[in-house]
Amino acid sequence: MGSDEAYNFVFKVVLIGESGVGKSNLLSRFTKNEFSHDSRTTIGVEFSTRTVQLNGFIIKAQIWDTAGLERYRAITSAYYRGAVGALLVYDITKHLTYESVERWLKELYVHADPHIVVMLVGNKSDLDSDRSVPVEEAKDFAAKKGLLFLETSALQSTNVEAAFSIILSEIHKKVSSKEVVRGSISAVSLNSSGAENTEKKPCCRNI
Amino acid sequence: MSSDGNKKQFWKRNAAKVPGSIQHVYGAQHPPFDPLLHSNLMKAGNKPPPATPGKPKKATTFQEFESITSDAWDVGDDDDELLAMAAQNLNIEVVMETANKVIENHSKQQERQRLDDTTDLGPREEDTQEEVPEEEEEDEEDEDTRVEEGDAVSPDASFASQSSPYADSRLVKSHSEAPVGSPRDAEGERAALHRQRSLPHRPPVIPLVARMADQNTSGTPVMTEREASRLDKFKQLLGGPNTDLEELRKLSWSGIPRQVRPITWKLLSGYLPANAERRESVLQRKRQEYFGFIQQYYDSRNEEHHQDTYRQIHIDIPRTNPLIPLFQQASVQEIFERILFIWAIRHPASGYVQGINDLVTPFFVVFVFEYIEEEVENFDVSSLEEEALRNIEADSFWCMSKLLDGIQDNYTFAQPGIQRKVKALEELVSRIDESVHRHMQHYEVEYLQFAFRWMNNLLMRELPLRCTIRLWDTYQAEPEGFSHFHLYVCAAFLVRWRKEILEERDFQGLMILLQNLPTMHWGNEEVSVLLAEAYRLKFAFADAPNHYKR
Repeated sequence: MGSDEAYNFVFKVVLIGESGVGKSNLLSRFTKNEFSHDSRTTIGVEFSTRTVQLNGFIIKAQIWDTAGLERYRAITSAYYRGAVGALLVYDITKHLTYESVERWLKELYVHADPHIVVMLVGNKSDLDSDRSVPVEEAKDFAAKKGLLFLETSALQSTNVEAAFSIILSEIHKKVSSKEVVRGSISAVSLNSSGAENTEKKPCCRNI
Repeated sequence: MSSDGNKKQFWKRNAAKVPGSIQHVYGAQHPPFDPLLHSNLMKAGNKPPPATPGKPKKATTFQEFESITSDAWDVGDDDDELLAMAAQNLNIEVVMETANKVIENHSKQQERQRLDDTTDLGPREEDTQEEVPEEEEEDEEDEDTRVEEGDAVSPDASFASQSSPYADSRLVKSHSEAPVGSPRDAEGERAALHRQRSLPHRPPVIPLVARMADQNTSGTPVMTEREASRLDKFKQLLGGPNTDLEELRKLSWSGIPRQVRPITWKLLSGYLPANAERRESVLQRKRQEYFGFIQQYYDSRNEEHHQDTYRQIHIDIPRTNPLIPLFQQASVQEIFERILFIWAIRHPASGYVQGINDLVTPFFVVFVFEYIEEEVENFDVSSLEEEALRNIEADSFWCMSKLLDGIQDNYTFAQPGIQRKVKALEELVSRIDESVHRHMQHYEVEYLQFAFRWMNNLLMRELPLRCTIRLWDTYQAEPEGFSHFHLYVCAAFLVRWRKEILEERDFQGLMILLQNLPTMHWGNEEVSVLLAEAYRLKFAFADAPNHYKR
């Protein structure tokens, strides 16, 4: 808590991808620096936040972790609303989870903001010996689709900070460049006198 | 009372608040008992009375009731269990012995698994994320678990000695939450260490038996008179040639003594016939039927059209009760897989949906208990006879099926049942607690965002397993408990946290609170309070518009 830090932005980011690829642990690793083999299946949506500093700005990342199962998509589509970033996660040891990426992308573009920043994330990089998705292939695919790309390991904490930092950075760039009409992205800036600001008080809990 | 009509008007006020401002008296041993409800029910008799939570009392007007607080807490037979349980002592030796045994077994299992397991390396961590204020309360519950911590010396030592916290060795799981504030320093430290490295910020997995007051182990000392008399009543009902199910429901509403829970659940769910003579043959037939399904269908799990279903189930089982040793045993996991797979393919309208896996757990646990004397959560099922385990499996399957029959539209495509219920919850809360409702609206918290899980998993993710089990005593006693009464329980549950909710002043805070409500220390007492409140709400809205009433 400490000093009365204001935050400049709140960015909503969603974690999507097949069941079991490690979304929840990416979330916990980023927001709490925790990992657990004993996590349970995500039901509906789970929520966590973390505040970071980027380029001199204070950004509150509001991260939504969704269940991966097909069944839930009817419900979770509602959660895309207002999301400015998405981490599309697959498991590098399970090729099937990578094959679903196209489907997830489609869904994303149907439900989410057209300017949403997407990063393709190949998780469980610590299990390199069981790899079934070649890095280069995924990298190429991402490039082709205009997605950011990283391989991560929530278990070993590899690249998790980087993934979030990069995506938040890109989002911030987009927001600042005014490439987007202000209203279409739910970013909150203290400088804007918009109504969006009302409930976001300038107190700060670094969660 | 002649003022029945008056009473109805009274209850049906449009005011935001439900009649009466019954505040929970903190520290009360018993749930607030509403005599008024009973008198009304007895008189009204318009619809088949829902199981009454106990004997009718004397207060004849609401004002009277409000002033006679002593009566309100004297619930007679109802929650005698609570008093009795509070008086019981833990049998430390038994617990330690069991704990040691299971730790050994588990270590051996882990060794074996590590050899063939190339994936999923890394220490297991304990689930301790309750905030500091909860510490004091956890002390109580940790008494039985503290000993296990003390004995799990080697795994913890290896954990602590790693330079990186995430080395390859696997920890033996603790049998419960890491004790907090343990009198034994070493453990306290370890516990503190674990707390820092604890799970993602989500509702903790709770040990089955974490509060001393809820022990209710049969192997322990004498029950109180009241508890014994309650148990007797059950035994009487259950022992006769034809069990009066209506009576059984009434008794069960306030909780079922552990010793008779297995059979009572089977009767209440409709699995077992009321007629005692027929029971054995019905059981045999149903069990055989289930195993027939296994033979018929289970192999198809590797076929293309069932692969996805099976795959999903297969990765969900290990994530179902990750901190309870009972569920880490391979044979148990296989049982769950079979149950869920068979159910899924026999119910193609929904198939398997995440959350359904949780619903098997209470049945399984309760039915296992029928065969053992000691604590269930650490029990090694390989010590059970094969036939016993098979029977437990079949019985769990059928009872779970019955449960799901009543809520299947929770799980069909787009989950309309859940959407409807969440909407109904919102409406209900807007009526019973306008402040809370407005508060959430103001910060743009949507009910779907937190209550989805409440409906999908029947609050199992928000409560300790022992509370779920107690809750299901009442749900099975109520007509449509899992679908209809559950709604009122959810409303009561939400409003129970009004203070904490109103203290949160932003969306983030609210969301995090609502997804991590501090119920880790909850036991029968808290559940009873919740149920009483839910019952009150249900009664208050009994004549309400159709969309939140069956």
